[in-house]
Amino acid sequence: MPVIQMQGIVKRFASLTANNHINFDLEQGEIHALLGENGAGKTTLMRILYGLYHADEGQILVNNHPVTIRSPHDAIQNGIGMVTQHFTLVPTLTVAENLTLGQAGSFILNPLEIQRQVEKDSQRLGIPVKPAALVRHLSVGEQQRVEVLKALSRNARVLILDEPTAVLVPQEVEILFDALQRLRQEGLSVIFISHKLPEVMTICDRITVLRDGALVGTVAKSATTATELARMMVGRENFGVARQSERQPAGPLLQVEALQAQGSKGLPALRGVGFMVEAGEILGIAGVSGNGQTELGRVLAGMLRPSGGHIRVDDKNLTGAGPAELAQAGVGCILEDRHASLVDDMTVAENLVLDQLDGFSRGGMLNRARILENARKWIAEYQIKASPNDPIRQLSGGNMQKVILARNLSRTPKVVIAAQPTRGLDVGATDYVRSKLLEQRARGAAVLLISEDLDEIMALADRIAVIYEGSLMGILPAQAATVETLGLMMTGKTLESIRPTPEADHA
Amino acid sequence: MLKFKIERAPAPAWMRAIIPLLAVPVTFLLTTLFLLWADANPLQAYYHFLIAPLSSRVSAIEVLVKATPLLLTGAAVAFAFSAGYWNIGAEGQLYAGAMAGAWLGMILKGVSPLLGIPLMLLGGFTAGMLWALIPALLKVRLKVDEVVTTLLLNSVIVFLISFFLNGPWRDPISMWPQSPEIDPGTIFFKLIPRSRLHFGFIVAVAVLALEWLVLKRTAFGMRMRAVGLGKEAARFAGIKVNRTMLTAALVSGGIAGLAGVGEVAGIHFHLIESISDGLGYSGIIIATLGGLNPIGVGLAALFIGLIDTGAQTVSRAMNVPVYLGTVVQATLLLVTLGLFVLQNYRIKRG
Repeated sequence: MPVIQMQGIVKRFASLTANNHINFDLEQGEIHALLGENGAGKTTLMRILYGLYHADEGQILVNNHPVTIRSPHDAIQNGIGMVTQHFTLVPTLTVAENLTLGQAGSFILNPLEIQRQVEKDSQRLGIPVKPAALVRHLSVGEQQRVEVLKALSRNARVLILDEPTAVLVPQEVEILFDALQRLRQEGLSVIFISHKLPEVMTICDRITVLRDGALVGTVAKSATTATELARMMVGRENFGVARQSERQPAGPLLQVEALQAQGSKGLPALRGVGFMVEAGEILGIAGVSGNGQTELGRVLAGMLRPSGGHIRVDDKNLTGAGPAELAQAGVGCILEDRHASLVDDMTVAENLVLDQLDGFSRGGMLNRARILENARKWIAEYQIKASPNDPIRQLSGGNMQKVILARNLSRTPKVVIAAQPTRGLDVGATDYVRSKLLEQRARGAAVLLISEDLDEIMALADRIAVIYEGSLMGILPAQAATVETLGLMMTGKTLESIRPTPEADHA
Repeated sequence: MLKFKIERAPAPAWMRAIIPLLAVPVTFLLTTLFLLWADANPLQAYYHFLIAPLSSRVSAIEVLVKATPLLLTGAAVAFAFSAGYWNIGAEGQLYAGAMAGAWLGMILKGVSPLLGIPLMLLGGFTAGMLWALIPALLKVRLKVDEVVTTLLLNSVIVFLISFFLNGPWRDPISMWPQSPEIDPGTIFFKLIPRSRLHFGFIVAVAVLALEWLVLKRTAFGMRMRAVGLGKEAARFAGIKVNRTMLTAALVSGGIAGLAGVGEVAGIHFHLIESISDGLGYSGIIIATLGGLNPIGVGLAALFIGLIDTGAQTVSRAMNVPVYLGTVVQATLLLVTLGLFVLQNYRIKRG
């Protein structure tokens, strides 16, 4: 019997449809994965279920009765609990105190009584916590378990976990999975939001895949494979591959060896990545998001110091160089985060010269006429819909990206690093950015394209590398790449293990 | 039932200019009861507060005298804030400048003003810079929050001055803890005879003009603004974020130091413990009111100078407690700041 049924859910944000007629049902005693790329609409759907958003259309049934969920309070009343990616614990209170906050109880609190109660719940549900410890002394994994316990302590029968493993080290993942299995045995239902295939295949009973706000399908784990899920996540069976014209080997321009770096949580994000990109080719780095792509892009842009390995551009060692030095050496970067690439509150004209002010000033005084003229030129050439004195803040994503392209490509860089260059852009802007990257390739630049969009990689890249948990699973020519091979590599299989005798691969 | 919702939308630029004028009637409504309680006629009180200081030449000049250190502390704070360095220590840096002024005034015996005045300016600027150096280095090297360190150093220097004034620098002739009178060659000359308006006013206006030039017209100023508005993006554009912040912090300290020199060399002629009494903190308000724009800062400093003068005029002319003037002044400031925030919101029928 389904405990939750969501029927025909539609949610629109301005022009974007985040959820487009989605049906989703949850059985009692199952762990159900909600799988999809970033922006596929997973979190939106669950925020609707938990009352944080309100659906524009559709209805929700709990135990076959239609319900209206207007707020998390309503959701809790209906036995639904949620652990979001951002924890809401008070760091200076103990675990027990955090668990009692917001709950009805007697006016006078007995700390020992509370601790005993928490200990009892913790044992009953098989979720280990330390009731008397201060939350700020706990590891991220321990804090997460407190959140889970908090969500369950109000008699929840349904637990929603939003990307729970994103912040955990492997050992803590195991503890979490043990706890989830225990909950399943107790007859509770768990919705597990994730974009990581291996863990979905490990822990879940059924999997619902979303893509671009639409439902792709729901499958039982026993009836599917990681490769099939990868294909469901990223798109069509047949990619619209635009094969590149053949090119002659022209010698490596960008060489990366055994590159290591730490992620934002201090965990290793790159574990010895090595590749090279030749002049006039595009190397695509594919992979499911969160496998080190962000860090790779930031290291190559000089925004993150590598903890090991080497970066060479045209045989010049640039390991650990900052953004200015890299730009000097002929590296142009398109960062993943557009808002961190431009100063939102400065004008288009100012942003276009921010990295080359010495060329636009004499004796320290700005040459304002030339800055304006420069802006007019690039606005016309890149068809940016803005005037020179508009603040960047007012521009659409596509126009912002064009400003970034104009600034970086105007210096005809030898190496172009493009990290998720079309994420969140509309079709027109996406085509424009891609055509610009191909233009750079044709002109003889070495282009590294880091993208989670497999269509994009297959359409643009000459060779494709797949990154998984901070390591490359192999590099293969685009002509030899199939969705099956790439899908397997994206789940952590090395190229050699798939094809014992690798084809000619000049990587 | 009618429903309303509140939306955020940027206000037109002219709004900023008329807000101080709008704040006056609002403050009037809020403080009328207090004034009636003190047996004062509210209308008359407001006349003395805002109009009387400008109605006579003597008091109008006094407004400029009051504004002189405020122009400088406002400029100092605005400069640091523009680079995203939250310098709350203009008060302490002003004291450091005042100490330098008092010291130079003691040791430069019989100096020519042609040498003495430039040395005073240089000394004040350097002292303010040095006092700003410690928190700035802590910020860029160890990421120590500058709001805390600059603020706490303000108290430190007050005690340091107290030590000097009660010990080595104490003027034996005076019964108060104050330093000896500075040498005539280090005194800032008067701009208008028999008034208190001194050379420091010209310095302050020049500093603001220069600051406008640097922020709006130089490559360094653009880098500073980029760092202030988006550190990540600035770093991505190859700007040396830490070096830029450090420079902004030191120049800011230097400007605040100039305010201290001005008070010693133009007003008091010796160092006293209460030489600032919050001028540095007012600088934060002025920089915010002025939108970190040197022109706005100039207008805001004159506005604060006006109500500072007005607060004294009210109590003197109407025989009400001097604190009442302070209450009205504080209310006016709060209302003005509040309106600056509220101008970015619109109420719409939903």
